[in-house]
Amino acid sequence: MQAFGMTVNDLSVAYGDRTAVKNVSLDFAPKQVTALIGPSGCGKSTFLRSLNRMNDLIAGCTVTGEIWIRDQNINSPETDVVSLRQRIGMVWQRPNPFHKSIYENIAFGPRYHGTKNKKQLDEIVEESLRKAALWDETKDRLHNSALALSGGQQQRLCIARSIAVKPDIILMDEPASALDPVSTAKIEELIAELKQDYCIVIVTHNMHQAARVSDKTAFFLSGEVVEYDLTPTIFTNPQRRETNDYITGRFG
Amino acid sequence: MAQPLDRQKAKPHLAEEWVGKIYTLFCIAFLIITIISIVYFVASKGLSTFFKNHVNVLDLLTGLKWAPEGEPALFGALPFIFGSFSTSLLAAAIAAPLGFCAAVFMIEIAPKFGRQFLQPVIELLAGIPSVVYGFVGLSVIVPLFRDIFPGQGVGIAAGSIVLSIMILPTITTIATDALAALPKGLKEGSYALGATRWQTIYRIVLPTTLPALMTGIVLGIARAFGEALAVQMVIGNAPHIPSSLFESASTLTSAITLSMGNTAMGTAANNALWSLGLILMIMTFIFVFIVRWLERRSKI
Repeated sequence: MQAFGMTVNDLSVAYGDRTAVKNVSLDFAPKQVTALIGPSGCGKSTFLRSLNRMNDLIAGCTVTGEIWIRDQNINSPETDVVSLRQRIGMVWQRPNPFHKSIYENIAFGPRYHGTKNKKQLDEIVEESLRKAALWDETKDRLHNSALALSGGQQQRLCIARSIAVKPDIILMDEPASALDPVSTAKIEELIAELKQDYCIVIVTHNMHQAARVSDKTAFFLSGEVVEYDLTPTIFTNPQRRETNDYITGRFG
Repeated sequence: MAQPLDRQKAKPHLAEEWVGKIYTLFCIAFLIITIISIVYFVASKGLSTFFKNHVNVLDLLTGLKWAPEGEPALFGALPFIFGSFSTSLLAAAIAAPLGFCAAVFMIEIAPKFGRQFLQPVIELLAGIPSVVYGFVGLSVIVPLFRDIFPGQGVGIAAGSIVLSIMILPTITTIATDALAALPKGLKEGSYALGATRWQTIYRIVLPTTLPALMTGIVLGIARAFGEALAVQMVIGNAPHIPSSLFESASTLTSAITLSMGNTAMGTAANNALWSLGLILMIMTFIFVFIVRWLERRSKI
């Protein structure tokens, strides 16, 4: 499996007149985890949502700039948003399993992208659940409702669901902030595991989490990237005073 | 210093609490007594057909001929029961897809225009008096059917179309609320997997909101079942089971409103009409229970 990264050039996002993200340029390497940190309202979630064109769904939101994956600028109007979103998975803060069985949650995406064969679907479901470290807990109740799972299991199911469409990149918007510490640890283990195949971009409020799971970290402030560097550098030797103030807890 | 002040203050509050409690208790007691009296009254009148006039329950429910003042008196109410069920179910079958699609348009496709303009218009439909619906049905739908289909134009088809327009606001409003209350994450989750808008509506939105949609449909059926005037104006009121949708028929409600003034209190004919009312009331209770059951299921 070939791994792909993502390059963002000069991306700006505005809601009506209000600019939420200003001229951000970032490079996300394949097989790496990049953490986006920063105080609430700094634009990091808005930025993340632009990467798979989810902001298209919000009326009055305009995204300008370039997002390059596999030699294609996905932010151009000609891009087919539907096929683009297969290549970029997304996981939200609140687990949002569909009101269907565990099996149907995973099979939902692949079925729409042409896999009708029952046997192939079975394989995809098993493989995705194994990758999301959920197979052992759910293999005997694949056809039970996904809503009966615990919060942490639901979140891993949502990760499995996005893996099932075989994306290049997985975006995670505070994937563990609604979970208990044990489930959080499992999600973090999973991120380390998934890193071997995917490019992962994760927004997090928890700086310890950013330090634990990510290879590179970008610090956002008021819609701009203040500093972007290797995670150990950001946390031990930040170049900018704002970064230092934020990670030492002086504001945010 | 503080304690005596508190005690002084506590007393008027205590009185207020009691006044409020007694007042609300009185209101609820009034409501409950009213409901119980209505049920008792309808039931005692309706059941006396069977106990005083010795009409067989099965004859009433399955009999095909209605001639309560004839010789011999016949109390077959099946044509009315059939008319009521067929008009209201058909009305729901017409109104449900229309109402649901209108709700999808208002919430998913054009939320701004829909919520500001379309929703008030549809809610306005609910405020139009039923006699106006009946009148429009009588002067537009009945002549139209008379020209196109064999027969007089009156019948179950005309009745269901008038009813379907009357229950459209109920179904649309409930469907709109259900769609608006759908957790935002579900739709985003589906879009993020590369599903199109149609796939999202069809595979995620529709199944998830189905119990609420069913509630709307059952409430619509209940309203259609109980509607008397508009139906009576367009259905023709012949007391038999029609062989086509365009043949004159009757419903429970139209039979009651038509004959109630022509029968003397206490006679078998009058009691039989009360029995029809009792059937209506029991059906309404059943509809309410179905709605309750659906709502409880949708919470899981």
